[in-house]
Amino acid sequence: MDFGFKISPSSAVNLDNVDLTLYNRLLEAEPDICKCIACGSCTASCPANRFSGMSVRKAILNLQRGKEKETARMLSNCMLCGKCTMVCPRGINTRHLILSICKLYKEEAK
Amino acid sequence: MIYQGKQKIWADYQKEIPDDHWYYVRSCIRQNFFPGSEKMFLEICRNVLGKDFHENASHTTCGGIAYHCDTIPQETVMTIVARQFALMTEAGYENYVASCITSFGNYIEILQTWEEFPELETKIRELLWKACKREFKKPKYVAHASDLIYKYRNLIAERAKYRLINRHTGEPLKVVEHIGCHYSKMFPSKGVGGAEYPYVLCGMIEAWGGNVIDYPERRHCCGYGFRQYHVKANRGYSISNTHKKFESMEPYHPDMIITNCPGCPYFLDRWQYAIAEMEGKTYGENGYGIPVFTYEEVAGLVLGYDPWDLGLQLHQVAVEPLLDKIGVEYDPARKYEGLNHKNLLRPELPGVLKCC
Amino acid sequence: MKENILIIGGGIAGLEAAGQLLKLGYNPIIVEKSDHLGGHVADWNRLFPDMSPAEDLVSRLIAASSEANIFLNTEISFVNRLKDSWNIMLSNGISIITRILLFATGFTLFDASKKEEYGYGVYNQVMTNSDLEHWFNTGQDERIPEEGPAAMGFVHCVGSRDEKARNPQCSKVCCITAVKQAIEMKQKFPEAMIYCFYMDLRMFGKKYEDFYISAQKDYGIRFIRGRVSEVSENIEGKLVVKAEDTLSGKPVKVTLDLLVLMSGIVCNQQTCKTAGLLSLPIDSDGFLKSRDNIADITEAPREGIFYAGTCTGPKTVPETLAEARSAALEIHNYILNGM
Repeated sequence: MDFGFKISPSSAVNLDNVDLTLYNRLLEAEPDICKCIACGSCTASCPANRFSGMSVRKAILNLQRGKEKETARMLSNCMLCGKCTMVCPRGINTRHLILSICKLYKEEAK
Repeated sequence: MIYQGKQKIWADYQKEIPDDHWYYVRSCIRQNFFPGSEKMFLEICRNVLGKDFHENASHTTCGGIAYHCDTIPQETVMTIVARQFALMTEAGYENYVASCITSFGNYIEILQTWEEFPELETKIRELLWKACKREFKKPKYVAHASDLIYKYRNLIAERAKYRLINRHTGEPLKVVEHIGCHYSKMFPSKGVGGAEYPYVLCGMIEAWGGNVIDYPERRHCCGYGFRQYHVKANRGYSISNTHKKFESMEPYHPDMIITNCPGCPYFLDRWQYAIAEMEGKTYGENGYGIPVFTYEEVAGLVLGYDPWDLGLQLHQVAVEPLLDKIGVEYDPARKYEGLNHKNLLRPELPGVLKCC
Repeated sequence: MKENILIIGGGIAGLEAAGQLLKLGYNPIIVEKSDHLGGHVADWNRLFPDMSPAEDLVSRLIAASSEANIFLNTEISFVNRLKDSWNIMLSNGISIITRILLFATGFTLFDASKKEEYGYGVYNQVMTNSDLEHWFNTGQDERIPEEGPAAMGFVHCVGSRDEKARNPQCSKVCCITAVKQAIEMKQKFPEAMIYCFYMDLRMFGKKYEDFYISAQKDYGIRFIRGRVSEVSENIEGKLVVKAEDTLSGKPVKVTLDLLVLMSGIVCNQQTCKTAGLLSLPIDSDGFLKSRDNIADITEAPREGIFYAGTCTGPKTVPETLAEARSAALEIHNYILNGM
């Protein structure tokens, strides 16, 4: 029956159900990914952020929370300028990381 | 679960509840939702236990719903409440008991506010005098009606005709207790057992033979949440919260739910129908729902009152399977017979949720 | 005759100060209320950042102060002010005349059951940082299964930075302790999924940041910025933990086999009582008030009374030891110049 409203799924991220298979494979290629301290330097310096919402910090967090589609969509906006690599205080090679994520997800899409 | 750990917390949150001489105020909505409950409260307190409970026909709403829907200023709510206190003072009472959880929270919040801002109390006294030439004394004790039934739980158990036990298996019934948010979440020290592990309903269940279920979303809101329901666009949010609770309690196979708030039993009861229609899912046995009761209805049941005199025919979820489990006698033919043999008419039966 | 110096508390601050005062030629007398020396550190297993055994440190300190007079299971009953000294009556009936008192009374671990929403003492699988150290030491705790937890969490700031718990201060050591304990658990149970729920990570000390990076990179410990709001138990007896992942702005929920609450450092009520006997002021944070919080942290506002360690606020082990040495030196200077 249509009451004009419906039950919406919980907005909570249930960590029990997050599938980390792909993330763990990424970890092998990019072990530095877990060094991220979410400082946001990458996002703040990203020329694509204002227009597309691109953020390496969010991309990493999304992968850890199992939101792979959001990440893949976001990364398509990256222009690979390398500024985020320059500013990362943890020395994460974000440019390399972005390429690795794209590669992994492309394989997955096949 | 470490039961002794809960007992330790319960011991920290015991409040003084005078035994007798109470001024009783009703809820705005309970008489429509659960028409037998308030009547049963007075019946038990006055006629079964012989206590003095006074009520006055000229009392009004406490303003709590409007206050929590953010539609009237606090001074207005306070003046309404001051008038209620004036009626109590005029009747010669000092102990004030509210039927409604939101009223109870409202009274406690206002008294506490006056404690911290005495100038506001002075202002309200002036406003009340200007409005209706009344004066008031603040109540010595404010209790929720469930506090009283909690206090009398053993007296009720002594007089009980039935216990919350499955007569087929001999096992205690598995009972979910749900506490209204405004009972102790705002002022944990004012609720029996505090806010995280309230004892007020657990105490009744234990005294009357049942087993309490503690499930992960026990502390979660019933889903009513005032604006969540009253604003139609938000109703999906209301039912989603209720749905979350049922999903969480489902693995425990509860036999019944007991509540102490006007809104909670209504939404836990009626939304089971809506969830059944939307999702095709029911939470009780054999396509039935989980019956939801007010604490007065449960007290009335164990004392042996006729279920139809308790108003249980107005529940959405059929209560008969539970009555059969306990062994309560009832006449199915009388279900839709109201006071003075008035025919209440038979409701249309829902498509998914099984009802009797 | 050697000068008597009464040290209240036989934890690491009291022991270190006693050792130094012995070397300087004085007669330190330690009054300890419990039945053992070493205080909280004696109950700990290993110390960050080098994972050195706590036992080694405590036994070294005990050895260095073995010539001091030590009264265990003893408290201060009352104090009489004499002309230029105090007559201290101990609970064992002994009285001591001294011109100098050193408070090394330490702290109390926050009672985690006060945070009712975390269910310590109510849910079976909830323990504290101290319980976990006890398990590291003894291997005995029913809450930890032999095969280890499949998933577990650490809750930072339990009773710290918490105005409602009346402890607005940061306890300083819990962040790094959680990281240390998380690493130790991961070493024991490499398959376990370990979460740390934090508000801020305060990694201020030597090598702390290295420790944190290693926890992230070498041990795969997952840090979630958000304070745990509620713990409950599901039908299998596992814990359901709710928090907000403040970095993504979404609530998170996770089912865990074990939850460790990082109980904070709170002021010792017993200390406040003893301080009351000597009319010593308490600072706004509930700890003992020093003459000056920058230059004279080890001195009380009253002549002849000194402080060392966590009686004046949360401190790490090296900070406490440094303060104990500093207090010993202050006492030495006071005796040489202050008479």
